[in-house]
Amino acid sequence: MTLPMERHVLVVFPHPDDEAFGVSGTIATYIKQGIPVTYACLTLGEMGRNLGNPPFATRETLPHIRKEELLASAKAMGVTDLRMMGLRDKTIEFEDDEKMVGMMENLIADTNPSLVITFYPNYAVHPDHDATGRAMIRAIRRMPESSRPKIYALAFSNDSKGVLGEPDVVHNIKESKEEKMGAMRAHISQTAWMLEEMDKRLADGEPEAENWLHFERFYTYDFSKDFE
Amino acid sequence: MELVNVEQLQELLNNFANEDVYIHLETTNGAYASHFNENVFNAGAFIRNVMLRYELGKVVGEAPHRIGLKLPHGWVYAQGITHFELDEHGRLLMAGHDQSGKLAVALQISRTPFTY
Repeated sequence: MTLPMERHVLVVFPHPDDEAFGVSGTIATYIKQGIPVTYACLTLGEMGRNLGNPPFATRETLPHIRKEELLASAKAMGVTDLRMMGLRDKTIEFEDDEKMVGMMENLIADTNPSLVITFYPNYAVHPDHDATGRAMIRAIRRMPESSRPKIYALAFSNDSKGVLGEPDVVHNIKESKEEKMGAMRAHISQTAWMLEEMDKRLADGEPEAENWLHFERFYTYDFSKDFE
Repeated sequence: MELVNVEQLQELLNNFANEDVYIHLETTNGAYASHFNENVFNAGAFIRNVMLRYELGKVVGEAPHRIGLKLPHGWVYAQGITHFELDEHGRLLMAGHDQSGKLAVALQISRTPFTY
């Protein structure tokens, strides 16, 4: 599937690995189409609970491991503009709201994106996800309507489909399957259980096309149905 | 990290007593706990780089262990500690990993501040 052309795509998530499951195929596809992609990752997932069983990492070594994984994931997707924003995992919502909006405004000013991909506030489960989406939506809302980038928002809370309906943007990313698997494997400290689960489902006869290796789904953010 | 050896851990706790130390204390069910199971009441707490001085530190009980620090005017404790390590920076890292290996609790003691 060829995706519609974009000037520049800005992807903003709080944790290394947030990009892998839901967006890495889309990112790789854009890059293969020659569209520049910037991935800003706000934290290094310092508070992750997966430290191996038996543990291979500690609370203090985990950020180093996840930083390397993030670099490897970027490489797998072909991302050359990766920005690590230096915040701490699980604290985004407690940062000053205006500081967060300012960070997003700077990223937008710097990359001049025609498309921004982030989380859908209130439907993204993790407080950091919601806070990241919130800051980005606020930053874009303040722009003149004519110069706002389009927003693809990720929602996966249990009530998201009931309230928002089905995602209106569906990317068939089958041709970027290898890049996506590369991103998933890059974050192995956090994705091992997910990959095991996938192998089990495939072994149980679930067609591969049903799962996340073929499709990535987004909501086009609609300011007429603003979250606040 | 290694499984708690009570004698070794007790000695390490003794080594940090009666001096100013930085504490990391964390309990967590994970941010997704009530997403995966709506019956889970998701609670947790986190402090990092709070300085204190304890006069007595003890590791107690069968595994998973409990660790208590008695302060001149208060207490710090953690339960569910399974693993420990004195890391390359001389910091005492203690953690409790659940049956699947996920971190559930951490208590760490250092003479110098932990990173941000």
